[in-house]
Amino acid sequence: MTTPALARRDFLKASVAVGGGLLIGFRWLTSDAAAGIDAGVGAPAVAGGAAGAAGLAGAAAGAAAAKHAAQFMPNAFVRVGTDGRVTVIINKAEMGQGVTTSLAMLLAEELDADWSRVGFELAPSTPEYGDPIYGMQMTGGSTSIAHMFEPLRHAGATARALLVAAAAQSWGCAAGECSTEPGVVVHAASGRRASYGDLATAAAALPVPTDVPLKDPASFRIIGKAMPRLDTPAKVAGTAIFALDVTRPGMLVAVVAHPPVFGGKVRSVNSEKTLAVPGVKQVVTIGNGVAVVATGFWAAKRGRDVLQVEWDPASDASLSSAALHESYRALSRTPGLVARKEGDAAAALAAAARTIEADYELPYLAHAPMEPLSCVVELRPDGCDIWAGSQFQTVDQGAAAAVIGCKPEQVAVHTTFLGGGFGRRANPVSDYIVEGVQVAAAVGAPVKLIWSREDDLRGGYYRPLWHNRLRAGFDTRGALSAWTHTVVGQSIVAGTVFEAFMVKDGIDDTSVEGAADIPYAIPALQVELHTTQPDVPTLWWRSVGHSHTAFAVESFMDEVAHALGEDPLALRRRLLAGKPRWLGVLDLAAKHAGWGTPLPHDRARGIAVHHSFNSWVAHVAEVSMQDGKPRVHKVVSAVDCGRVVNPDTVVAQVQGAVGFGLTTALYSAITLQDGRVEQSNFHDYRMLRMHEMPEVEVHIVPSEEPATGIGEPGVPPVAPAVCNALFALTGRRIRKLPIRPEDLAGEGSAR
Amino acid sequence: MSVKLQVNGASAAVDADPAMPLLWVLREHLGLTGTKFGCGAAQCGACTVHLDGRAVRSCVLPLSAAEGHEVTTIEGLNGKVRDALVAAWVAEDVPQCGYCQTGQIMSAAVLLSARPAPDDADVDQGMAGNICRCATYVRIRSAIHRAAAALKGGAR
Repeated sequence: MTTPALARRDFLKASVAVGGGLLIGFRWLTSDAAAGIDAGVGAPAVAGGAAGAAGLAGAAAGAAAAKHAAQFMPNAFVRVGTDGRVTVIINKAEMGQGVTTSLAMLLAEELDADWSRVGFELAPSTPEYGDPIYGMQMTGGSTSIAHMFEPLRHAGATARALLVAAAAQSWGCAAGECSTEPGVVVHAASGRRASYGDLATAAAALPVPTDVPLKDPASFRIIGKAMPRLDTPAKVAGTAIFALDVTRPGMLVAVVAHPPVFGGKVRSVNSEKTLAVPGVKQVVTIGNGVAVVATGFWAAKRGRDVLQVEWDPASDASLSSAALHESYRALSRTPGLVARKEGDAAAALAAAARTIEADYELPYLAHAPMEPLSCVVELRPDGCDIWAGSQFQTVDQGAAAAVIGCKPEQVAVHTTFLGGGFGRRANPVSDYIVEGVQVAAAVGAPVKLIWSREDDLRGGYYRPLWHNRLRAGFDTRGALSAWTHTVVGQSIVAGTVFEAFMVKDGIDDTSVEGAADIPYAIPALQVELHTTQPDVPTLWWRSVGHSHTAFAVESFMDEVAHALGEDPLALRRRLLAGKPRWLGVLDLAAKHAGWGTPLPHDRARGIAVHHSFNSWVAHVAEVSMQDGKPRVHKVVSAVDCGRVVNPDTVVAQVQGAVGFGLTTALYSAITLQDGRVEQSNFHDYRMLRMHEMPEVEVHIVPSEEPATGIGEPGVPPVAPAVCNALFALTGRRIRKLPIRPEDLAGEGSAR
Repeated sequence: MSVKLQVNGASAAVDADPAMPLLWVLREHLGLTGTKFGCGAAQCGACTVHLDGRAVRSCVLPLSAAEGHEVTTIEGLNGKVRDALVAAWVAEDVPQCGYCQTGQIMSAAVLLSARPAPDDADVDQGMAGNICRCATYVRIRSAIHRAAAALKGGAR
């Protein structure tokens, strides 16, 4: 939902604040507390990762900050050093999706920078780094490129204009007579040249222009080219700093004992044995549990192991996934709130010559980022500093401020690299951040809060458990005449500050996205929603509502194709006539997968297509059964995400999405029994491993349309493509995820 | 109580619980944060280091078991295999979030030392203990083959 006009307007508004932004930027960079870590984050990438693990020395950071002061920083997003080095300030969280490179590319393109001299820094939590559309600093919804495309180009173009003006002034010629080559201003008539570094000081003294023209995309030399990631060297060397790697002087480490049942409260604590563990300093009760604070993680964990906490019975200690599935199934047979209505689907179903129906069930899912949740909190007399791999800095500032009683702007969030995010680090209630602040406030020392893997899997904030009931009707001529889809599950934003503007007329759009906007030409269509309220914390999870609706819609469309005896690709193409971007990805994936060509008898293909985050993705999966288990050999993908900034990143995101989606389809389920989460670590919440990763072939639809999302759109069509292939192979229809091998055993039947 | 360790070619005396997993000694006592905590249960491989050249999961290896052995972390990994792997990882642009990658490289280094020309089955086996939630497996595989090819070429 990017409107270039809006992005442009907001950028100009940001430009007005450029003077302030400049000052704020420098103040932050010279602050010991902030500069120490953030210079450590950005510098290794620039320097090629040569720095050692102890590269957080305050002295080095101080020197870097002093050097910055002599540099040219025309706006909040770029700094040009007198050595010609260009540093792009990245206001989006780097969680693997490549923003530290792709956002830098946007700015470098218009600056006409020498790419070999471009580096990045992660932005502080000040207002100029807010998202231009959302109005707060955050990373999510696969929007980073779309939202920052114009603002960063303007930032680069403005900086370039100033460098050109500085050159023209020194040469006594008109700026219009000058041009640029990468990192150099050129005056062709006289043959004079000046590097950006040599011009930086003079440029810094000039007034910032407000309306600088942008390049014609036809002349792009960086945008659209596969650029190597700027963060790779540091990540390979082990010098990239994640929240878990941050250390502060005098820092203690805390782990928290959480209630075994969501909503449980501490009744009493016996910390005698805990306090006897060497290294344990304190045991403090905080809002959501009991924190054990120690000199290191091991002592804190050992202390927690022997901590005795009596918990008040929670609101629902009888909650079970099985019971939820059962009650949701019953609800799906009753009328819900109408999210989409075309024609009279009830009448069309009643009049149908034939109907089919199916229920699709999906479990709660944990994000399980590789880096367990962590933050470092250090209180100041007038606020606090937080180091975290946050996707939600502005929200975290407010939440932390509420705990310690300061203003949000007195909370500085120093964003580190994220060891995976997938939505987990964008929490409307800032759960683990608040815990860290509570503990730091209680003990009066800098604290690193660490969640163990068990804490992560059992600590809530899951993709909701979903039920989807679908029915289709065929008229007397055999044509698809009716489609109804009832969705049952929790609203992610219910009870949060986001509810007011994300829930309309009782419908949380994220619950039905991908279902209510089904693209197929069906004369009568109705999509309904039941929003449930079990006491289980839920959250957006990579691809959000699409993660369940795509499975339901694309599996059921496959069922419709088989009911009609029509090829699944041919049916989709027929019902998507006149929708070129849908057909574009379908046809591209089908062509490269060899759709319709013979396969060995023990293999089969399945196809699925989905639109999410303004992008289109089609997957063709090729599967077999090996030792009674599904095996995915190859996935051929086609993606249309508008204009591509870094094609290698697009390929990487789709490769990764295939693996992420396959983990989900094959293994992932968080299940509840007696209110307790049954899984605890990677042995029972399995991840795909090397030997299970299929070959992935990614094809990009060339496009000059506005750039759209790529972090999430590859995920939704994975599960239906795989399950449709398994149906083609075995005749068994998977209607419940994750896939259970027993559901594929025995004689095939379409049920 | 003090335990003597050999880490990355240097000796260090560490005053810590001998039962403490090596991971936390490396990270919290020696400041070697390139070795990562992922699961604490030898399930994910993010904490992989070398003990006398073998890949071990430092999150479950007690400090006492490392005494008298040569510990190598990502910070101390060196030599031709390391250089080939790092170059290959960069050339393939393997990392996404990057958190697991140091562990992946430590496992890959042991794999290449044992099998200089690994086939896909060798890669499957050698890398089975390392999870990547971003699922960069396609590129990890390519990078290992690339590094092996470079090492073979370099030996000519």
